[in-house]
Amino acid sequence: MKYYRSHVLFCVDPECLKKGAHEVMDAFQDELVAQGLIDEVQVLETSRIGGCANGPEMMVYPEGVHYTGLTTNDIPYLVEEHFLKGRIASKFVEEEKTFVDEELSAPTAKEVRVVLRNCGKIDPENIEDYIAEDGYQALGKVLAEYTPEKVIDTILASGLRGRGGAGFPTGKKWQFCRASAETPKFVICNADEGDPGAFMNRRVLEGDPHSVLEGMMIAAYAIGSSQGYIYCRAEYPIAVRTLNIAIEQARAMGLLGKNILGSGFDFDLEVRMGAGAFVCGEETALMASIEGSRGEPRPRPPFPAVKGLFAKPSNINNVETYSNVPQIILKGAEWYSSFGTEKSKGTKTFALAGDVKHTGLIEVPFGLTLREVVYDVGGGIIDDKDFKAIQTGGPMGGCLPKEYLDLPLDYEALTQAGSMMGSGGLVVMDEGTCMVDIARFFMEFIQDESCGKCTPCRVGTRRMLEILERICAGKGQAGDIETLEYLCDEIRQDSLCGLGQGAPNPVVSTLKHFRAEYEAHINEKRCPAKVCKALIRYEITDGVCTGCTVCARNCPVSAISGERRQTHVIDPDVCIRCGICMQVCNFNAIVIK
Amino acid sequence: MAIEQKDGKQVKEAVNTAIQRYGATSDELIPILNEVNRAVGYLPAEALDEISRQLKLPKSQLFSVASFYRMLSTKPRGRHVIQFCENAPCHVAGGREVWQALTDELHLKDEETSADGKWSLVTTSCLGICGVGPVMVIDDDIYGNVDPKQVPSILARYH
Repeated sequence: MKYYRSHVLFCVDPECLKKGAHEVMDAFQDELVAQGLIDEVQVLETSRIGGCANGPEMMVYPEGVHYTGLTTNDIPYLVEEHFLKGRIASKFVEEEKTFVDEELSAPTAKEVRVVLRNCGKIDPENIEDYIAEDGYQALGKVLAEYTPEKVIDTILASGLRGRGGAGFPTGKKWQFCRASAETPKFVICNADEGDPGAFMNRRVLEGDPHSVLEGMMIAAYAIGSSQGYIYCRAEYPIAVRTLNIAIEQARAMGLLGKNILGSGFDFDLEVRMGAGAFVCGEETALMASIEGSRGEPRPRPPFPAVKGLFAKPSNINNVETYSNVPQIILKGAEWYSSFGTEKSKGTKTFALAGDVKHTGLIEVPFGLTLREVVYDVGGGIIDDKDFKAIQTGGPMGGCLPKEYLDLPLDYEALTQAGSMMGSGGLVVMDEGTCMVDIARFFMEFIQDESCGKCTPCRVGTRRMLEILERICAGKGQAGDIETLEYLCDEIRQDSLCGLGQGAPNPVVSTLKHFRAEYEAHINEKRCPAKVCKALIRYEITDGVCTGCTVCARNCPVSAISGERRQTHVIDPDVCIRCGICMQVCNFNAIVIK
Repeated sequence: MAIEQKDGKQVKEAVNTAIQRYGATSDELIPILNEVNRAVGYLPAEALDEISRQLKLPKSQLFSVASFYRMLSTKPRGRHVIQFCENAPCHVAGGREVWQALTDELHLKDEETSADGKWSLVTTSCLGICGVGPVMVIDDDIYGNVDPKQVPSILARYH
């Protein structure tokens, strides 16, 4: 391994690339060659340094200086100043305030990084960087010292559970697959992270792909498999590229292929790309898709451990599950199970989104309360508004109100509260959110993504959406709530896969915790959060309005009338509720009723 | 100008290249369809005919797969495909206004292609870059933090 005195990380995110990051990087390398520094300074590509708005940008280590707004013309000066003379070129230094990585900032006191430990720190396209961080040591240890049974026992003892959302004990899954007599067996990684707003797995695949590969190799050794597949969604082209590079490098080093590390263990991997279907994140649909069919789920049993891919025993785990495995082997089951609660061990990554101050990726030990996540890790609600609800578990999860803020994050606790862990999306909503509108929004998504195989899911979600749309449009009828409840029960009971069974969840949970909002929409034709356009009215407050005419002049449909210096009036029949008048009024005279 | 149609020979070449690369087996069907869709812009009937012949699979099965996945299209697409993220994180970050600006500018609705064959407008599932929402993708270019006012100038980059 070569040693460098300086490491330079260039951001190659789409936004920086658009602004010419590659050209600047090429110029930088040319200049290093010209100055004879190319053997002393290592140039790496990375993602999300945090200043894309002022890109192209780079970070220089060990100093930790962040340069932004670079052009190819600036490079000779920058190289001379920083790398020859050792002075910081202050005119390109990014001011600290914009230095935030929206996806991954420095961990707060309550965070513990196991899965995300290497993300943003190592070059994902260089296997040596991973090896320098103890990479592939766990594989070596397992192949040299462990029987497959001992691997499974260690994973069982660690308490690791499936991070895809269902939370099935990983060691048990491996045990079942190992017990299947039929061969060959397959190891599959579910990298079809489709939940809107959840991008924890993408970050690991793009930032630390070898940890996933190593976890899969250990799983393969444990169950007795020699072929693996990573099913990655087509919406993640960079992840697919990083994975392919990682596989090639592992192969070149003899870490994939025949007789790995001289142990007699054979294993190889292939990346399969999806083609855009949310339901393929469901394990049986995913396998159907690898086989080249429509990604439709099939009934279980038989479980994949018995009859999976190509009707052979298969072990399927999520990206995050696999990337935990090497650390468990290296540091021990006891270390891992020291994090978390009685039944949920270790850490979990979440994508924190919505009306919270610090959105982005977090990794916390299980057992933290929702309050700690929202207020300590997330920094609280934007503009210090009131917390209204948090949605956990992605589109098929549930919305929990503020009475549940002290609930610990743990598989069982969330399920009991009527939501679920899911893959790790957390959407925080403030007081200005209409829960009926939110339910309608998620139902629209689910309805769109239903694969169409089971009638209750295909037709039932459509009917539910129609009712919700009607309620939001101010045309709710008596009996709508009861019909929704009936449909929720039927769809949940009669659908085959997790998508259909979970489909009613957004409605079930909002009906349970925010029933009064549904009733206000239906009975009083009123949207308490003032979101549903058909149920709100803009009005001008007499006495506050100065008659400056700015609203009337900006109204796109000429709904506002009034004399100069007199209070103006909005005609509700003409008004389209666009809200422009409210934005342009200098006196806060316009209110929503 | 009418929508650019690839002639039969080009379609056949695209199919041959894809099958050579992945092998003529049914479990490679999705990679093959993905590649042909990319090369031709969509999956014309001739392509499905040819794949059906070489992979020895019924056409009905091919069509059922081709019509299932969002990224495969059996209808001709414009020269530039705009994929717009319509999911919650982008939606709340101002995506609704960007979508309005796009539909106003192009006079297209979701899944439509312009009469001159230049643009296709489609919605996409979450691209996982929610930190920079609203997000849209034109061909292979990703645009983040899109403001409705930027839409005309972004579109003007494509000919």
